Amino acid sequence: MKGSKPRNRNVLPGFGLSLGFTLFYLSLIVLIPLVAVFFRTAELSWPEFWSTVTSARVLASYRVSFVTAFAAGLVNAVFGLIIAWVLVRYRFPGKKLVDSLVDLPFALPTAVAGIALTAIYAPNGWIGSLLEPLGVKIAYSPVGITIALIFIGLPFVVRTVQPVLQDLDQETEEAAVMLGAYRLRTFRKVILPELTPALVTGFALAFARGIGEYGSVVFISGNMPMKTEIAPLLIMTKLEQYDYAGATAIALVMLVVSFLMLLVINVLQWRMNRRAVAD
Amino acid sequence: MAGAITVHASDEAARRPKPITESGPVKWILIGIAFLFLGLVVLLPLASVFVEAFKKGADVYIDSITEPDALSALKLTLLVAVIAVPVNTVFGIAAAWAISKFRFRGKNILITLIDLPFAVSPVISGLIYVLLFGAQGFLGPWLDERGIQIIFAVPGIVLATVFVTVPFVARELIPLMQAQGVQEEEAAASLGAKGWQIFWRVTVPNIKWGLLYGVILCNARAMGEFGAVSVVSGHIRGETNTLPLHVEILYNEYQFSASFAVASLLVMLAVVTLVVKSIVEWKTGRQRPIG
Repeated sequence: MKGSKPRNRNVLPGFGLSLGFTLFYLSLIVLIPLVAVFFRTAELSWPEFWSTVTSARVLASYRVSFVTAFAAGLVNAVFGLIIAWVLVRYRFPGKKLVDSLVDLPFALPTAVAGIALTAIYAPNGWIGSLLEPLGVKIAYSPVGITIALIFIGLPFVVRTVQPVLQDLDQETEEAAVMLGAYRLRTFRKVILPELTPALVTGFALAFARGIGEYGSVVFISGNMPMKTEIAPLLIMTKLEQYDYAGATAIALVMLVVSFLMLLVINVLQWRMNRRAVAD
Repeated sequence: MAGAITVHASDEAARRPKPITESGPVKWILIGIAFLFLGLVVLLPLASVFVEAFKKGADVYIDSITEPDALSALKLTLLVAVIAVPVNTVFGIAAAWAISKFRFRGKNILITLIDLPFAVSPVISGLIYVLLFGAQGFLGPWLDERGIQIIFAVPGIVLATVFVTVPFVARELIPLMQAQGVQEEEAAASLGAKGWQIFWRVTVPNIKWGLLYGVILCNARAMGEFGAVSVVSGHIRGETNTLPLHVEILYNEYQFSASFAVASLLVMLAVVTLVVKSIVEWKTGRQRPIG
């Protein structure tokens, strides 16, 4: 028994128990149920599957989900960077509050975020009523979906960039200044390249969360097929019509995309960690 | 060398000599942008929940959160959290113990698998249990014969919630325990401490704040989960409605004040979560990455 355990670490007990329980629990709760999706889809013939996932309404829902999640990710990359920058580099009144507010989207149930954002951006809401005379429509349009996804994704960017910015070696910045670089140039040439991996990771996390998001979006989107219907909602609609095969087929495509995103994010993070270790 | 500086990096940065920081106006413009953005995207929605909730007065507010359907939704939400959070806490501790204290092959894959529920859309998290236990699911007929109902009933809600909250405690503990290493536990073992003694006397005191934070995040998500629970619940009033689902039903019935009143309870849950997070950060003196 002792000999089978890894070298140097065999003093501590509980390896078999803790790893065994971890694998058992993960299989039971996560892996086996997920595999069910693949089995269920396998009951469809290939042409059936293909015609389901490439029907006009399904394609439109993928497009809405991807485009809005992408746009929200970009907005968050810009403003998330500014917020992280301000939090790391400056001292100002209300800093603690700003820091806490960044985490709110994580702690707030998505349905609450959904109805609150709708209340503000609807045509009779605080901001919606200001924009309506200008002909700008936010709620019940793709812009509204994007705003909900900005809310959901913000902490991912800020909390990924913040620690990297904090650990940034300031000597290189000083050197750049000594060599006569202006502040903006220092930022572009010295700071931004260092932050790029973290920014991309934060963007990818926000994007991955955005394409699957449901609760905050359904209220503000208006759910018009072909226009503001997101893919998770279409799964829901198919389930309510007892079209299990259709729902599962759409889900399978989304799962594959999610797994790919997870892979990309993990590779990015391993790289960032290796970089941190190398430093 | 760098470690001593990074602890107070923000203070250090704030006191840095002139040429390495931005000019005054640029600094205040950036701070202004940060405030404006957070105000529009985060603070305003938060304020609107309370404004809408009290629009028709305090009486409507109190009625909305004390009527029987709201109370039964609250009870179910608490029940789900009371089951899902401890189960995932035990899992998180076990997973973190195996991953941080031992070396084995495939560790990175295991960590990725633990993260998996984060990558899956909440709707799909519910769907997979419908496929397994629903009337047309793999085990549906078998369960039906025995009169066991999981989907459109409380067990399904619990299962879906457990699924979406699997990673929270583990994610918080794994980096923390990896950073702490094994020396203290090994020292205790060499002094003759038994397994559980080592765990309770050495490990738990070291990880208690991280553990608390993981538990509180897990709890916030367990009580607030909407998409996954929505798929498996069946929306039976007074029976399979959690608080977030109750918010949705009231909203769709145009009972906006009542809907926002119930939502305000969930806002308070979020605020408590953030306060605990601040306390944990203050106690441990470091920024905790989340998500």
